[in-house]
Amino acid sequence: MIEIENVTHTYGHGEQSRTVLRDVSVRISEDRVGVIGANGSGKSTFVRLLNGLILPTQGRVRVDGLDTAREGRKVRQRVGFCFTDPDAQIVMPTVAEDVAFGLRRRGLSATEIQQRVRQALQQHGLADHADHPAHLLSGGQKQLLALSAVLVTEPSLLVMDEPTTLLDLRNARDVAERVAGLPQQVVLVTHHLDLLADYDRVLVFDDTRLVFDGTPADSVAFYRKLMS
Amino acid sequence: MTEMGLYRPGRSVVHRLPAGPKLAALVLFGIGTVLLDHLWQVGIALLVVLFGYRVAGTSLPAALHTAWFQVRPLWWMLAAIGVFHAVTAGWQAAVTVVGSLLGLILLAALVTLTTRTIELVDVVVRVIRPVRRIGIDPERVGLLLTLGIRAVPVVANLAGQVRDAQRARGLATSVRAFAVPLVVRALRHADRMGEALAARGVDD
Ligand SMILES: Nc1ncnc2c1ncn2[C@@H]1O[C@H](COP(=O)(O)OP(=O)(O)OP(=O)(O)O)[C@@H](O)[C@H]1O
Ligand SMILES: [Mg+2]
Repeated sequence: MIEIENVTHTYGHGEQSRTVLRDVSVRISEDRVGVIGANGSGKSTFVRLLNGLILPTQGRVRVDGLDTAREGRKVRQRVGFCFTDPDAQIVMPTVAEDVAFGLRRRGLSATEIQQRVRQALQQHGLADHADHPAHLLSGGQKQLLALSAVLVTEPSLLVMDEPTTLLDLRNARDVAERVAGLPQQVVLVTHHLDLLADYDRVLVFDDTRLVFDGTPADSVAFYRKLMS
Repeated sequence: MTEMGLYRPGRSVVHRLPAGPKLAALVLFGIGTVLLDHLWQVGIALLVVLFGYRVAGTSLPAALHTAWFQVRPLWWMLAAIGVFHAVTAGWQAAVTVVGSLLGLILLAALVTLTTRTIELVDVVVRVIRPVRRIGIDPERVGLLLTLGIRAVPVVANLAGQVRDAQRARGLATSVRAFAVPLVVRALRHADRMGEALAARGVDD
């Protein structure tokens, strides 16, 4: 359960300050939620609130009852975040090492870590690449690696900010299909509107505000009209 | 950028040896080379290292090829050192010194080729544990090392992108027209990576 109450967010101070989210309130309990909107409308800012990467200037954000401002650490243990550019998310030189990275400091034994890493790589078709240098993977494989590295920590909520924007159609589909099969609650920001067809709910942002909230069909129709 | 002196998976004895002893052996070999002053000693040292490559699972030609690959970036340095010693102390001294250095480079390469980066970093973290007393977190140092290693192919890739962009716009290759966008891209990348690290709980 995600609860966002009267959130306003402003970057910077004084003269240069810029408000990018205004008075957003929304409660999200659905399993599959999409976020769409024009460039610069505030989508990325909105989803970064969900794991406390950004703390709201005003208002309150809670995930499973935990306030992101006060219990950021616990929130981040529950919320996995997947970014657009996999190269920036992969922090270890080889595939298996990167997946293992998220499991450090969790009090797991070395064999337990190894086991979980192997399982995660198998699930996402990367088992044959365990010891390969990450930079030799294709763009699609890199994004799958980033996804595995997030999922291996077993978050209860997965937030994704345009995970398919840099991928070709096939890889975008592949990532979307894998995401569809996950047990986690998912919040997905995307410009690939067709990926949202089976979603439970889609939020539309425009110029700092949450302007529409409905079924994928209604939201996408609203968004198209807004852009025309 | 496809071939870096990074870990290559394998199951040999050399691969399975823990990182600590391997690094210790490297240090001892380094100290040992200072003591070598006969050609035959250097010859044996080189043979021992090549034998290490052989045990690590490569055929001899493949071992030599890998070895050459590791040495190639440094050959001009070795040549300069060799010439210097040949002129000042005779060809035998030159061969001894260059041979020792060659052995050391090859052994270092063997260690990195057969040990996961993370294991090497873990050893460093363990060894520098005392710095905790002066307020430095050894885990942080380890993370920094790993990020540094990971950054090499990423920055090389960014450099390639900048060069391509310049060519596409027909810009002459001035250092400035190359360096400025590269630094901008690298900083932007660092920003995103910082964000990803925070999301993965590094600061918690
Ligand atoms: N760190 C920052 N400092 C100042 N302004 C920022 C910062 N990050 C984003 N902005 C501004 O906030 C506004 C909203 O940005 P945001 O990234 O949330 O938009 P978005 O909906 O994700 O857009 P896109 O579809 O292009 O990803 C933009 O005008 C952007 O320039
Ligand atoms: Mg965005």
